[in-house]
Amino acid sequence: MTTLLQVQTLSKHFQVRVPEGWRQRKATLRAVDGISFDLQAGQTLGLVGESGCGKTTTARLVLGLTAATQGQVLFNGQPVESQRDATWRAQRQNMQMVYQNPLGALDRRLNVISQVLEPLLIHGLGDALSRTEQAQDLMDSMGLPKPLWYRYPHELSGGQRQRVVLSRALILKPSLLVCDEPVSALDVSIQAQVINLLQDVQERLGVASLFISHDLKVVRQVSDQVAVMYLGHIVEQAPPNQLFSEPLHPYSQALVSSVPSLWQGQNQKRQILQGDPPSPLSLQSGCVFQNRCPHAQSICRQVKPSLTRLNPERHVACHLFAENPRLSGAPMEVRS
Amino acid sequence: MKAPSLTEKNRPEDEVSFVQSAAMLIRSMPLLVRLCACWTVVVLLVAISADFISPYSYSQLDLLARLNPPVFWGGSSDHWLGTDELGRDVMSRLFHSVRISLLVAFISTLLSATVGVLMGFAAAHFRGWVEQLVLTLVDFQASMPFMIIALAVLAFFGNTLVLFIALMGFYGWERSARIARGLTIAANEQGYAAAVYDLGASPWRVYLLHILPNIASTLIVSITLTFPEVILLESGLSFLGLGVQPPMTSLGNMVGYGREYLQTAPWILLAPSMFIVVTTFSVSMLGDWLRDRLDPTLN
Amino acid sequence: MMRFLLIRFFRGLLTLFLVLSFAFLILRSTGDPAMLIMSADAPPEALEAFRKGWGLDAPLWQQYVGYFKNLANGHFGYSMRDKSPAMDLVLARIPATLTLALPAFALKLLIGISAGVYAALHRNTWIDRLLISISIAGYTMPSFVLGLVLVLVFAVGLGWLPSGGDATWQHAILPVITLSLGGAAVLARFTRSAMLEVMGQPYIRTASAKGLVWHRVVLHHAMPNAAIPTLTVIGFMIGSLIAGAVVVESVFSWPGVGRLLVTSVANRDLAVVQSLLLLVATTMVTANLVVDILYGWIDPRVRTGQAGQGKTV
Repeated sequence: MTTLLQVQTLSKHFQVRVPEGWRQRKATLRAVDGISFDLQAGQTLGLVGESGCGKTTTARLVLGLTAATQGQVLFNGQPVESQRDATWRAQRQNMQMVYQNPLGALDRRLNVISQVLEPLLIHGLGDALSRTEQAQDLMDSMGLPKPLWYRYPHELSGGQRQRVVLSRALILKPSLLVCDEPVSALDVSIQAQVINLLQDVQERLGVASLFISHDLKVVRQVSDQVAVMYLGHIVEQAPPNQLFSEPLHPYSQALVSSVPSLWQGQNQKRQILQGDPPSPLSLQSGCVFQNRCPHAQSICRQVKPSLTRLNPERHVACHLFAENPRLSGAPMEVRS
Repeated sequence: MKAPSLTEKNRPEDEVSFVQSAAMLIRSMPLLVRLCACWTVVVLLVAISADFISPYSYSQLDLLARLNPPVFWGGSSDHWLGTDELGRDVMSRLFHSVRISLLVAFISTLLSATVGVLMGFAAAHFRGWVEQLVLTLVDFQASMPFMIIALAVLAFFGNTLVLFIALMGFYGWERSARIARGLTIAANEQGYAAAVYDLGASPWRVYLLHILPNIASTLIVSITLTFPEVILLESGLSFLGLGVQPPMTSLGNMVGYGREYLQTAPWILLAPSMFIVVTTFSVSMLGDWLRDRLDPTLN
Repeated sequence: MMRFLLIRFFRGLLTLFLVLSFAFLILRSTGDPAMLIMSADAPPEALEAFRKGWGLDAPLWQQYVGYFKNLANGHFGYSMRDKSPAMDLVLARIPATLTLALPAFALKLLIGISAGVYAALHRNTWIDRLLISISIAGYTMPSFVLGLVLVLVFAVGLGWLPSGGDATWQHAILPVITLSLGGAAVLARFTRSAMLEVMGQPYIRTASAKGLVWHRVVLHHAMPNAAIPTLTVIGFMIGSLIAGAVVVESVFSWPGVGRLLVTSVANRDLAVVQSLLLLVATTMVTANLVVDILYGWIDPRVRTGQAGQGKTV
């Protein structure tokens, strides 16, 4: 298995101004703070966390839509560009993004088939006839039959729109698909359809996927590995079954316990986190989760735990599990 | 799995003919707006066909028939709207004035829209200091009454028609710029433009094929509302003798020169005045109606 | 709030600076400024002194600096027609213009706001519709047409009022009316829509549900909130007042600043035009600054720095 994507100690800091009385204070917003992970071809890595934990920023960094403050992203061994020049544009053929809001991502004045084939036009692939054919075939296989092809985005349902966005993303046959909350805006019944479709597509085309969501149930279904993010850090990474049956990091435990599930016994109590999440602006030393962690110790306030590898498939960033503190955050591998 | 399709309309048969859609448009207008639309069409026709429908040349003198009143005011039917102090037929001069005033207004409006949109796009696309520069210019333009700027330029540079039209072309560009910038930023940040960029499209493609068609309706409304203001501005300057110069004649021009004869021959300035008022009123009403129609469907 | 005001103040200075630079650039591109600013038959020593003062033999950027130095020292040039200092000419005419502008402004506010509020409170009645039509007619009618029509009716036709000049206070009536009506129409329309928007807000319904007498609701809750967007329009109105004065003074032969501008432009009396430009720019900048201050005072959101943080879009 080839490592398609390697993310190495990636950070993205924003300089912002915070109002404070009369004036404004300059502060650094650490949206993403030193994360690392790998993704193999054809695999799916699910990324979960609360709003504001840095998931979308990570997605944009991976695709080169934003420049990293530190660290790098390697795609097929090559660093990902963030300058929007011709090289960057050419790289788009291999990696695409699917957005949360399908209506906003589509041009309301053009019919959907012309939008699906537009990437082919942009990169100069094929002629008019073959482009149209490719688009038609793809839309068919995505469950969008002929009567819908010449419709406009606002004339389609939410699920249909998301299929259009997916088709547009897939027509170039990219090897990496980044999905940012692709089903959050859809009705539950449609969510299942689209998820099935995504998995189908992945199998057929062998596309690797970075699947971002705050919805644990969905992530559990589609991922080969799940990474839990909190305030710009990855706190735990594991295969979904292991993560959901035996979460190790206190934050993961709280997350998992909040999901009603058939696997939990009647006795299992929900873990409720005390305290407010700290703002990503304030700098504290030590673990980012210390304010809400029921198991916080004094070391947690001083030293930031690094992502430790417990076994080839499980990694946790917590002092409770750090047997060898000298292990620095070596990039982990996502293996199936 | 096949998604249930919406009502089975077959697209090609959906297309209505041009005549049908024009008819639908007209039926949707309230009476007043319909009248305004008619008047606008009349004015356009007059401007285009001025040469054909004028009974006399606009500069033709007839010193024997000076200051004749219009036909409904006791004058002869030779000159329906009377003559001016040099015996020139007021109606013919009126038609030619309409042509010149409209010409100036059209070209200027187009110029200002183009300049404005380009500046707006530049600001939204490059952000940073370019945007700050454009915003400062927009502020500057919006904070000084345009007439004063225009007068200053006319004072310094003198007055030829080309210069005048170019000057008028700077009226109102800041509105188009603001619209273009605002809508482009919205499209870029969260919307369809961002998505098309991510597909690998070049900025040219995004602006011409995606953004421009989407902002066109808002721009058109703004232009329709600027157009009458340009007419007013040009008339005002011509009235003061600083706009269109003789021997060319414009609506404001006629009013200005006819002013001396306010007491003795008021028809000289009343005809063009009425034209100015009714035309700007009609175009403004049309623009208002357009805006009301387009706004709800925009979002 | 202080930060907001300071930004505005500097922006105003920047505008002034831009206007003056604009004048400088244009002057330089139309020929020898000394000859243009001073009259052609001024004594050669005076011309030389002026040139030296301007440093016309120096590189352009030095001239630029010198230009501003001159302005700072009050050297605004001489009128070509009058041979007297340009700025003095301009300043002498200000009272005449103010005689028209101040009453017109007050009238505009009075008519515009009351008409707008009234129309909003009686929405969709015939009065409202009438007012809307009148207001549209108001701003599509150019002031010179309105002025001439008024003269035709009241001076020529009825003989009640004089048609031109500034001899008695009666001479001021028609100009003031002409000047105020256009702006009043715009203001009425704007006030109406601002009021309508405010009246539709939930807090208005709450206020009247609390049992407040209706006119208290209007005066104490609706109008102050509607005043906020209306303030910006008033800022524009000052600009249009100046532009309107130019035309109206010409129509009524009123010897004010506007008329001076027109004649100076026609005669290409550049020093006077330049001084007038400076005057107008200063007035506009000050007016906008005052509006901003009032804005900040009335709208608490601005005071606490939440609005106008400089966030774009």
